[in-house]
Order: sequence, then structure tokens, then C-alpha cells
Amino acid sequence: MAQQGPLLSVEHVSKEFYGNIVLHDVCFDLKAGEILGLVGENGAGKTTLMRILFGMPVIAQTGGYKGRVCIDGNEVNFSNPFDALDAGIGMVHQEFSLIPGFTTTENIVLNRESMKPTFLNEVFGDRMSVLDRPDMKKRAESAIAKLGVRLDSDMLISEMPVGHKQFTEIAREINREKTRILVLDEPTAVLTETEAEVLLVALRNLAKQGIAIIFISHRLHEVIQVADRIVVLRDGLAVKDTAVAGVSVRDIASWMVGRSIAAERLDAGEKREFGPEILSVEHLWVDMPGETVRDINFAVKKGEIFGFGGLAGQGKLGIPNGIMGLFPAGGAVKLHGKPVELDEPRKALEMGMAFVSEDRRGVGLLLDESLEWNIAFTAMQIHGQYLKPVLGKLLKIRDEAGMRKLTLEYIGILDIKCTSPSQKAKELSGGNQQKICLAKAFALKPDLLFVSEPTRGIDVGAKKLVLDTLHKYNREYGMTIVMVSSELEELRSICDRIAIVDEGRIAGILAPTADIAEFGLLMSGEKTEAVQGANRG
Amino acid sequence: MSGKKSLGRFFTENAVVIIFLALTIAAIPPSGLSFQYIIQEMITRLGRNTFLVLALLLPIFAGMGLNFGMTLGAMSGQIGLILAINWNIGGVEGLLFAALVGTPISVLMGYICGAVLNKAKGREMVTGYILAFFINGVYQFVVLYMMGSIFPIKNPAIVLSRGYGIRNTLNLENVRQSLDDLLMLKVGGFLIPVATFLIIGLLCVFVVWFKKTKLGQDMRAVGHDMTVAEAAGVPVDRTRIIAIIISTVLASFGQIIFLQNMGNMATYNAHDQTSFFAVAAILVGGASVKKASIPNVIIGVILLHVLYVVTPRAGQNLFGSAMIGEYFRQFIGYGVIALTLVLYAWKARQGAARAREGLRGGNSATAAAGTAAADTAKGGAK
Repeated sequence: MAQQGPLLSVEHVSKEFYGNIVLHDVCFDLKAGEILGLVGENGAGKTTLMRILFGMPVIAQTGGYKGRVCIDGNEVNFSNPFDALDAGIGMVHQEFSLIPGFTTTENIVLNRESMKPTFLNEVFGDRMSVLDRPDMKKRAESAIAKLGVRLDSDMLISEMPVGHKQFTEIAREINREKTRILVLDEPTAVLTETEAEVLLVALRNLAKQGIAIIFISHRLHEVIQVADRIVVLRDGLAVKDTAVAGVSVRDIASWMVGRSIAAERLDAGEKREFGPEILSVEHLWVDMPGETVRDINFAVKKGEIFGFGGLAGQGKLGIPNGIMGLFPAGGAVKLHGKPVELDEPRKALEMGMAFVSEDRRGVGLLLDESLEWNIAFTAMQIHGQYLKPVLGKLLKIRDEAGMRKLTLEYIGILDIKCTSPSQKAKELSGGNQQKICLAKAFALKPDLLFVSEPTRGIDVGAKKLVLDTLHKYNREYGMTIVMVSSELEELRSICDRIAIVDEGRIAGILAPTADIAEFGLLMSGEKTEAVQGANRG
Repeated sequence: MSGKKSLGRFFTENAVVIIFLALTIAAIPPSGLSFQYIIQEMITRLGRNTFLVLALLLPIFAGMGLNFGMTLGAMSGQIGLILAINWNIGGVEGLLFAALVGTPISVLMGYICGAVLNKAKGREMVTGYILAFFINGVYQFVVLYMMGSIFPIKNPAIVLSRGYGIRNTLNLENVRQSLDDLLMLKVGGFLIPVATFLIIGLLCVFVVWFKKTKLGQDMRAVGHDMTVAEAAGVPVDRTRIIAIIISTVLASFGQIIFLQNMGNMATYNAHDQTSFFAVAAILVGGASVKKASIPNVIIGVILLHVLYVVTPRAGQNLFGSAMIGEYFRQFIGYGVIALTLVLYAWKARQGAARAREGLRGGNSATAAAGTAAADTAKGGAK
């Protein structure tokens, strides 16, 4: 089938969520048999674009999108993913949607099983047909052959290596006769290098058979290896649409992260000196769903602000959550040279660590309680502060006056906008809630403070204030801070060193002044010369 | 070493069956009952209970756990039987009539139950249990007040003397053991109700065949992972409702078979413990909340009921009181349900811990074995 025009064309697509523009005038074409690499940071709009393409209900629920999506030159507007499947778009998701207790065959033909009619069909409909297992196997094997990989069609998914699961998913999509466009979202994220190689070869195989592929990956060298053309998204704009020939990983990385505004350091030219090592972490693993930490090693010196950056889902959030004992974790963590018991939040707090969680409303605050309670609560629980003995030390009651004094003090320092210290925490704005979380942590007077996504979901002014506060506490009280953030600019503005986490490991540690492209490369799992140099030194 | 491991695995997988087998064998000698008697009891009880226990299978396949809501089906079957007695329809025809009346009622009940359980995904068992209490109230209202007043009940033998409502105990003289006696064979001194066993066999064949149908496959898919099934276009809610409807209808047939063998019926209590005994039996047979098979059902019915037969006697002989054995029965029934649920939760946590091992150091993307090897290698290097 010789197609003249493009198979799929995305024309001037824009999308906003509640006034927040996530895609702006994105255009690209896709021809049959072409592989398009789609790259971009988190929040660049990749997911939203794929949701539009796939007719996810969430798009229509939030007001639809502007622009046109055309297949074979005809405009389409899918109302649900099944329409998209019927139109020939197959999607392989980041997480496996396979049934572990089923065999490869059963998964490939899931809900499209071959059937033989029985007498009961007349009464109860098609679902009383008997499965035609030999035919199912034949179809599954032909899909596997088309992919050009070796896969046992009778093996249970639960007993398979990860790579084979990924192949099964792809085989399922190409088993649909209509599938002409295949979207792969981070297909190599969980694969070993050799498995990824095999997958890339299989994708080229499919492309040769006329299937168009959209390949989304943060591993840039794979994109260059497999794609014919790449589209780079940044902040909702398609900033680059170019043939892959002659493009280097470094180019793509700088397109991806490049910002017009340079990071503004708060301490330009300041000479920093640190004390002895305060925290050392060796072989840390954390089982936090969606943010798995596999093997992390790092050390922080007293007085330092240490940053963790990286793409979402790579494990950076798991690090503080694991060390503070909120998720199952293991490895050797030492504070002041003394081992920290993991899985015990209380012990971690008692040893002088505090944590400002990214889950502000879930972990961070007692939403229905007053600000006094919120700020003093952890100090009361851990250090027994703000309690006064009565009846000859038989009982302890809350020291309301002390709590109020403390709260008023922090309301002043952090400029918390509230009606009174007894206002409920849930009534404050996001930025002020975050300040309460910080106040709660500061009230513990910790030696080491973990802050996770401190500026997520708060407005620009509040962001600056939060960062300034962290900076001030570090400089004035010598508080050591480990900060985890998705916003590279923010890390670069206040941290002394920044580690980039990729696939549950530290890809490299950079100085905040390092070239922005270096950060981009680390996020893509590339070793850079600067890091190799730093590691050696 | 692997041999030892697999033996250990065998014991943990079958812990419940092994414990019960040991208990039963230990209780036989002190009971002083003859093997002749025990085996005859076993055959009778197999015929009486197996159908009811089989009714539990489909919801387990569909991932809905143990269907405590089967009590709804039992009540539907009882209403069928009450009407059969009322119109004096005796023999196998009476049973067929009861089943015919029970079917539409149990389909409706099953639909209600399934729709409620769909609103309580992940908490099906406790929801079904409580729903059964609620429907029990409705049943009592219908049988105690509406029958004889709104629905005409003519037979004075079953109506309370006040003129409406059904008596506490019904004599099922007309249909007593009519199915069992339809084809009763005497083999080596044992009476075998062949017709009953044929019906049970037929149900087993149906279950096996059903698993091979498209609907059966969908049910398995839903049972393994609802989200994946939904994403593949399987109508999850509908499939779950169908599983409960079939289970409820089967429970209504099962209750009719159970009661024809007993020969009388406690109008307001006969269904109280239906689900409790059926669930205990299937669990004793080695099933879990997620996995069950026909052998689990048969082994379970045999083990549980032999134990029920011998413990009162053993209690009488050992402690001079049959009540102790009686308490023991209750204790065992609830105990096994609790034990299986705890074991299931424990196994699930073990599984999660094992999966977590894959995170530790080394090359995570390879199989767990590879990781373990890598860890050892690293340990050696240190």
C-alpha cells in the first residue's frame, strides 16, 4: 500500500488544563514505516500529546484540545481509547499491562481470543463460545515472528524476564490486524542494555513492514540509533523537528533542557566551606511505588546543601522517603557515623533528621488541626517539648502558651499568611501550607533536613520565599539540607552539589555551575566527560 | 537443597489440608466409630454438601473471593421448596418445581448481590457477608408476614395457627430424599445415591467446560487483574455480576439438594450457616481466596464432614461430654476460615518481600537469580 501523504499528522495542537498551557501549537507528521523519536523533560507535554492521540477521556473532560489530528488526511477525534485502537493506533505503556498468571499467548490475544461457537451461543450470546487454543497460539506466534524475537508462547508472564514482558506487550499491539501506528512510551526504561538492543532491532523490523512508530524515550542514544526523525518538546512547544542524521546526543540534550533564563545564584562569588561528613549512604534501595531506588551511594558534608534532580519516576523521591523510614528500604545509612535504623520513622527523627515531604497534604500536615498543633506536633512527639508536668510529674499536659509562642515566632519568620495561629491548616493556600511544613521541621532543630519538592504547586512569589528560607537557615544556623526537586533551575540556584538520579542510581554529581547540557545528558543516562572526570578526581 | 526446599514449599502450600488430615486421623480412634459407619456417613454428606460448595468456585475464579452472598441463593431455593410443599408437589417433580421457582428469584438476588459487590471492589467478602444478613431480614418479612396474607398459602400444615406466616419447621416428607432414592445403589454394603452424584458430576463437567469458554477466560482475566482486563475491553463489572449470578443460582439448587437429603427444614435458620459450612469446606480442601479447584471442593467436603462426624463422639469418649465435640466443630469452622485468611495475607507479604529483593544492588533488570548471584559476587569482593 503506497501511501502518498503522511499517515498521521498533528496540526497546531494546543491544550490547556485550567488555564495552564501544556501544549502550544504542536505540529508534526508521521509517514508509514517511519520511526519518530519524541523527547522532552517531564512536564514538556509528551504525555498530554499521547493522551490526545489516544482519545483518553481526561482530555475531553478538561475541555478538549485545539487543532487537528488527522489519519490519512481525515480528521479524527477519539472519545475513548477503543476508538483509537479501531483507527489503528496501538500503545505500549510504561508500566506493563499484562496479566501475570496468563501465558504469553493468552496475553497477546487478550479479549481477542479465537472462538468456536457452541449451542449456547443462541441463548447467551458469543461469550459462551469455546476458546480455540491452537488458533490462538498460531496467531500469537505469528505476531512474535513479525516482531522478529524469540519468545515462548506458553510461558507464564510471571516467570519471564522483564524484556520478554515488553516484547509480549508489543506483540499484543501488532496482533491487531489494523495497527498501523505504534506508540511506545519509555519501552526501554526497564530493560538491560542487551534487551534494549534487541528491542530496537525489532522496532526497525516493524518499521520495514510499514508500521509507523512513535518512540518516546529519555535514553537519547537509543533515540538516535533507532529514529528517522526526532521532535523535541519543551514547555509545551515543539522546539525542534529534524531528521536524526547528523544530530548528536549533546544537541538533543541541550534542546531538551535549554532555557533562555540562566540560573540565578543567591550566593554569587561566595566561598563555601563545609564541616566533616554528616550523612553517608551506601547501597540504599527503597521500594517506593513509582520511585524505586536501586543502588544509591552518596555522602553529605556538614553545612552543605545537596540536591537531587532527575526525571520523575527515576527514584529521586524514594531517597528521602526511604531514609526517613516511610517506605521499605535497606542499605547502610550513617548519620554522624552512627548507623540509622531504616523502616523506623521515629528513630530517624530522634537522631536529628527531619523531612518535609512532597506529599504535603497526606504526610506533611494535620489538615483539620490548628497551625499551633501542626508546627509543634513533631517536636512534642519526638523531643517531648511543649509538654508540662502537672500533679508532681504524674501527668503531662500540653503547654498551650509555649505552642502559641512558637507558632507566632514562625508566622513572623516565614511570613505565613493566616488569620490566627489557631486557624486550621487546610484553610491555608498551598504556599503557606508549605511554610507550615517547613516550620514544623525547623521546630525540631534538626542537624539534617530533607526537603522534597519544596516548591511543587505553589506560586512564584512563595517559591522564592521558600528557597530564600532554606538558604537562610543553611547560612545562619548551618543546617545541612538535602533537597530533592524536579526543577533543575531551582536546584542550580541554591545547591552546592547536584546529583542526577537515573533508573534508581546516581548518574553523576555536578557542580551547580556546570553546563546545562551536562545535566540533560545525565538525565538521559549518558556518562559525560565532566562527571567521569569528577568521579576520578 | 532444592529437594528440601520444594518439600517445605509443599507443606506451606498445603498446610491447611495436612493439619486437617492429621486432626481427622487422630480423632477417629477415640470416637470408637466403625469405618463402615464413617464411610457411609461420608458418602451421604458428600451427596448432601458438594453441590453447595461447588457454587463457590466461579466467584473465586473471578477474583471476588469466597462468596458469602451465596446465602441469598439458599433462601431462593427455600422459597421454591415452601411453594412446592404448599401445592403438594412431591417427589423429584417437587424438587424440579422448587428449582424452577428458585431460579428467577436467585437470578434477581445474584444481580443485586453482584451490583452491590461491584461497588465494594476489594471488600467483596465482608460485603457479601453483611448483605446476606440484610437479605435475611427481607426473607423473614416475606415468609413470616406476606406468605398467607398477600401470597395465598393454602396448606394448613405449613401455615402458622394465626393464619399467615410459615411455621418454624417444615416437614419435607413429600420430597424427602427423592433425588437420592431415584437411583440408590448398594455397593459392598454402602448405599450410594447415584442420581445425586450424577448431578454433581454434571456440574463438575460444566465448571471444567465453562473455564474453556470466552466468558470463563474473561472471568479469569478479571480475577487476575481488573485494570488490565478493563483496558483490554473486557466488560469487568458485567463479568463479575455474571459470576455472582451463576454462583447464586447454583447455591439455590445446592440448598434444595441439601434440604431434600435432610428431610426437614428450619424455615428461618436453614440458610444461616450455609455459606459458613461451604466456605469452611472449600478452605479445608486447600483452596485460598484467590485459587480453588474441583479437587479442593471434594477433599474439603470429605475432610470437614468426617471430622464433624467423629468429633462429638470423640468428645463424649475422651471428656465425657458430647458438647465439647460440638464446641470443637464451631471452633474448627471459624478457625479454619481465620487461619486461611491469615495465611493468604502472610503469603502475599512474602511474595512482596521476595519481589523487593530484586531491587538490591546488582543488575536489577535481570532475573532475581541473576541479582542474587551479583550480590554474592559483590559480597565476595569486599
